[in-house]
Amino acid sequence: MTHPVLELRNVSKSFGPIDVLHDISLKVNAGEVLCLLGDNGAGKSTLIMTLAGVHKPTTGEIFMDGEGIRFDRPKDAADRGIATVHQFGGTFPLMSIGRSFFVGVEPVRKFGPLRIFDRKTANQTAVKAVQEFGITRIDDGDRLIGGLSGGERQALAIARAVHFGARVLILDEPTAALGVKQASHVLRIVLEAKKRGIAVIFITHQVTHAMAVGDHFAVLIRGALAANFMRGEKSREEITDLMAGGEALADLGAEIESRMGPHDGPPPQPAA
Amino acid sequence: MTSVTRSGSVQGAGGGVLSPARLGQLLRRPEAGSLLGLLAVFVFFVVAAGQIFVSPAGFASWLNVAAEIGIVALPVGLLMIAGELDLSIGSVIPASSLTVAIISGHYGLPEALGIAAALTVGLAVGFVNGFIVNRSGVPSLIVTIGTMFAVMGLTLGLSVLLTGSTSTSVVPAPFYKAILGQFVGGMFQITIVWWAGFILVAGYLLHVSPVGNWIYALGGDRKSARNAGIPTDRLTIGLFMLSGLAAAFVGVGQAMVYQSAQVAGGQSFIFNSIMCVVIGGVLLTGGFGSVPGIVLGTITFAMVNQGIYFTGFDPNLGSVIIGALLLLAVLMNDTFRAMALSYATRKTPGGPKP
Ligand SMILES: Nc1ncnc2c1ncn2[C@@H]1O[C@H](COP(=O)(O)OP(=O)(O)O)[C@@H](O)[C@H]1O
Ligand SMILES: [Mg+2]
Repeated sequence: MTHPVLELRNVSKSFGPIDVLHDISLKVNAGEVLCLLGDNGAGKSTLIMTLAGVHKPTTGEIFMDGEGIRFDRPKDAADRGIATVHQFGGTFPLMSIGRSFFVGVEPVRKFGPLRIFDRKTANQTAVKAVQEFGITRIDDGDRLIGGLSGGERQALAIARAVHFGARVLILDEPTAALGVKQASHVLRIVLEAKKRGIAVIFITHQVTHAMAVGDHFAVLIRGALAANFMRGEKSREEITDLMAGGEALADLGAEIESRMGPHDGPPPQPAA
Repeated sequence: MTSVTRSGSVQGAGGGVLSPARLGQLLRRPEAGSLLGLLAVFVFFVVAAGQIFVSPAGFASWLNVAAEIGIVALPVGLLMIAGELDLSIGSVIPASSLTVAIISGHYGLPEALGIAAALTVGLAVGFVNGFIVNRSGVPSLIVTIGTMFAVMGLTLGLSVLLTGSTSTSVVPAPFYKAILGQFVGGMFQITIVWWAGFILVAGYLLHVSPVGNWIYALGGDRKSARNAGIPTDRLTIGLFMLSGLAAAFVGVGQAMVYQSAQVAGGQSFIFNSIMCVVIGGVLLTGGFGSVPGIVLGTITFAMVNQGIYFTGFDPNLGSVIIGALLLLAVLMNDTFRAMALSYATRKTPGGPKP
């Protein structure tokens, strides 16, 4: 039996007296999209920062390919092939596509004793990598990152992670700030990454986006794993209700109704 | 006519000097604004001052000033692109000047020793700056104000202690006078040649070598740069040492030219170098800028600084022009940066589409 690429066993995280994550156990396999759902403040960012080596678990263990691991710095996680793409994609808006793609791993030519940044190779490689993900509008590696659309920036960041051999791709709310069309581009790129055998952890609070790409879903409520299920096991309504904390949405409907004041006809039945 | 434009558009970016593609590429570079500013200032002084401004003496007057500030402005600009400021240069210049004057003038030891000691002073101050910035996380503006005062105090104290005076004279041997303090043709300071050398080194570092990518990334976002594996601490220390070295070099040059050194002096370099860099299109908050821009900004500054004496205007007006120019440069550079951000390669109509 093959091991999951990444596995959490009974991971808890506290910041001093504040318990943020309680006893989380999760697995993600190669070529699988795990959607991490949860309301604001549920602990999603804390969970992925623990996976990315920013935080250390207070208790519990992390396994990669079945082997227990410990990340002391974000770089340790990155070296293991865990890549995190943040909401706004690249962090260097004033750098060119080619330059930012190769930050820290610049391609170099030699000219006598001088080391020369190989701008042409950098630009070509970056443009090719992002075009392979279907973003053909990016064709000039000298363009500045800040001039790209939000979706293009996400695509570039994902293409970069994949190019440098990421095995686990963590996407923190990649579609949150995007319009419908751009979001669908990003979702297509998530599927493309999955097709290449990468384990994707996709964080979102948009159930529609999760259902479009997810194989496996985990719902976090106040730091605890409230549900953990596979594609097709729950409906959109069930997931939405879970995220809002059980029956909360249905109750809300009744509450709003009752506040509308005197009202003819019977109150609507709360959904099951 | 039609055939000319057609052949131009087939060649695309490699087309005529002012083909739209070329112009677009030029305008999105960090130095676009400063090039226009320099042309405007040049034309203004040619009109206002006339023939004398374009005579060899006219050129020498601003080139000499540009070379001295320029040697300091280059590493200050690299630091600014990396997101840091260095104000300590203002006291490193007199400190190194006095070091060489005291060692080689007061004590009469070989110039090579005095110069080496003076440059070491600059490197040491730079190292301390970088070290404190890395360790404390205090903004470099504050750290280098601190080291500026510390170096100023030490310079004054040691100078009085060792020589009993706040100024020392030095008569360099002909060789050192020739390579550091000579006036070529009676008017062009040899410093101009050294400035050219510094331009080549800074240009190589920022635009050719992979270290340039690190500098841009450091100024863009320090934490992400570190996570990407860039040795940010070593890079920061290295850049501060470079500006310390350049300031010390200028100090040594001044001692050789004027054959004396004083505790005071050098403070004007602080704001002047920052102005040259900002006029040159470097973003004050880091992450954006270029060496050609810094050079153009320096020349612009020096032209205004000196050109005013060739006109009939009150020389104090020069400061007013520089102030206005600085504001204008920042506004213009913001516009050009916005253009660079929104710039996308335009497909030539009828050209091949991918
Ligand atoms: N460094 C920290 N110190 C203390 N509390 C924290 C820290 N980071 C996050 N928290 C708390 O943990 C909870 C979960 O935060 P977060 O992981 O950002 O949630 P999400 O990403 O799901 O919105 C929040 O209540 C937040 O205040
Ligand atoms: Mg979050």
